Amino acid sequence: MNLHEFQGKEIFSRFGIPVPEGRVARTATEAGAHAAALGGAVVVKAQVHSGGRGKAGGVKLAKDAAEAEAKARAILGMDIKGHRVDQVLITPATDIAREIYLGIVLDRVARKPVIMASAAGGIDIEEVAVTAPEKIVKFHLDAKGTFRPWMARWVAFQIEKDPKAAAQVAAILEKLVKVYWECDCSLAEINPLVVTPEGKVLAIDAKVVLDDNGLVRHKEFEALRDGESDAERLAREKGLSFIPLEGSIGCVVNGAGLAMATMDLVKHFGAEPANFLDIGGSSNPDKVVAAMTIITADPNVKAILFNIFGGITRCDDVAKGIVSALETKPVSLPIVVRLTGTNEEEGRAILAQAKGITPAATMDEAAQKVIAMAKGGAA
Amino acid sequence: MSIFIDRKTKVLVQGITGRDGAFHTKKMLEYGTKIVGGITPGKGGETMHDVPVFNTVADAVKATGADATVIYVPAAFCADAIYEAADAGIKFIVAITEGVPALDMVECVPYVKSKGARLLGPNCPGLITPGQCNIGILPGRICTPGNVGLVSRSGTLTYEAVDALTRAGLGQSTCVGIGGDPVNGTSFLDCLAAFEADPDTHAVVMIGEIGGSDEEAAAKFIQARMTKPVVGFIAGQTAPPGKRMGHAGAIISGGAGTAADKIKALGEAGVPVARIPSEIAVLMGKALSAAR
Repeated sequence: MNLHEFQGKEIFSRFGIPVPEGRVARTATEAGAHAAALGGAVVVKAQVHSGGRGKAGGVKLAKDAAEAEAKARAILGMDIKGHRVDQVLITPATDIAREIYLGIVLDRVARKPVIMASAAGGIDIEEVAVTAPEKIVKFHLDAKGTFRPWMARWVAFQIEKDPKAAAQVAAILEKLVKVYWECDCSLAEINPLVVTPEGKVLAIDAKVVLDDNGLVRHKEFEALRDGESDAERLAREKGLSFIPLEGSIGCVVNGAGLAMATMDLVKHFGAEPANFLDIGGSSNPDKVVAAMTIITADPNVKAILFNIFGGITRCDDVAKGIVSALETKPVSLPIVVRLTGTNEEEGRAILAQAKGITPAATMDEAAQKVIAMAKGGAA
Repeated sequence: MSIFIDRKTKVLVQGITGRDGAFHTKKMLEYGTKIVGGITPGKGGETMHDVPVFNTVADAVKATGADATVIYVPAAFCADAIYEAADAGIKFIVAITEGVPALDMVECVPYVKSKGARLLGPNCPGLITPGQCNIGILPGRICTPGNVGLVSRSGTLTYEAVDALTRAGLGQSTCVGIGGDPVNGTSFLDCLAAFEADPDTHAVVMIGEIGGSDEEAAAKFIQARMTKPVVGFIAGQTAPPGKRMGHAGAIISGGAGTAADKIKALGEAGVPVARIPSEIAVLMGKALSAAR
């Protein structure tokens, strides 16, 4: 789950990482009032789940409240990489002597988190990582509670020469490591961590991504979720993995790998998938009903493909779900069902009694049939 | 022969009285797997499908001499169940549980290794040595004994490939699902090395997906170290970047981990890559006849 900058800064602040004061506004008037209350020059920052906000024009300096209101008016409603800006953060402008990068991310090759730190912080850090990787200091984390103060100093002194500032960087890094473990992050990043002309070190941005699997022990973070569509919310509540796409073939599959392979197969046979949808293991009929609701709500969908290979998922559960979904809300779209694996005989028997369902024996056959039916041809 | 498990493997089930644990214990017993005990804290002394239930893994190991375990407990308790098994001296631990926090595994995976044990998963379908032993949730009846090894990050896509192999008359030595999480116990490399060393495995199917770079590492290993033919498949060619495709590990981040990169790496290592799942068995048939 991606957090907004202001949400990340709230967490940082709770762990003792110094962040500038900030207030969130949903309207331009509100933004102006916040700027007036803060006094002096402010920065108006789009709060949106996307990187590259500055380059997209979503971050602007304003010398006073009137200008802050005008800048907020321009930024609110802006589209940044497909995300609409609904709120802005108003924060005092900071004088900057140097920009540092500090981040912790899961290193999948090493199978452990890695600290990445660089004196070349700022908006071009991704380019630095590619063109001058030697400018990035790395340090791996083995387990919770094993990061010692000397390790933080070892990192800090390589990226900051001023001893007083380096001590602050080390202290911030120790706290960032705590944030990473205690909040179950997959990414915790400060870019930039600024050193002011007076030598004070301050996190003026925050990017935090939480491990979705970690939310099981962090109920408090559920309230931070936003920007979900109705379909995405229903999918999450019912335990489905759902990613909307642009095509016309609605896909309902059990298992992530098979779901991806099914999308690829639809493309292979000349059509485009409307979605990725994995009903997961241990599926009960409820999940299938929810899947049908989500898919039929997409106006681009011309036909629906079920590709089920039962293991932990039982075919009879899926069949019951399809029948029950059709009973509560009849669907006029063609439905092609490929059902095999655990309890497949029971599943097929249940489906044989339902109307308007085209069976298929293999996934190749199912994909070809559903594409033909979506185009209005006979299967 | 086979890898990791065979007809002598004595298996425990952690979470045996839960819905999934109970259901799949029945399926595994029907397949002929030697399930010697189950664990549910507080239900020691009871039985499930005539299998004795114990309160702790240590009790179960003492009473049964089990050497493997399969875990069906909820995500929040999965790491603890793995530690319990490793501390009880179990050398082969299969974690089926989905949704385990990644940082739990960052700490758990090295611990299991330090105990000289192997962890398969989490978030995996388990493994099967056809005709001998089935641990996890793989539907046994689609498998048939033979000489093709299979290793996959996906569960149901594994079923698809195994089913096609069986229909094509190509039996399997062992089929292993390593799971879809970013930090897991057993890698493609571990399985490829084991298959290379197993005299009864003549060729290997490797099924990967987007995210991470394990397939690229596997491609290098195949080119440098494997004498047996390998056939590949990569899921997620149509997956959009930045989105987690069901599996926690299946995400293209910062332009890395795409299906195209992985297909290219495998191709450069001389591995034929199937375009669609039904081609896997066809390519394997060709690879085996060319090797003869």
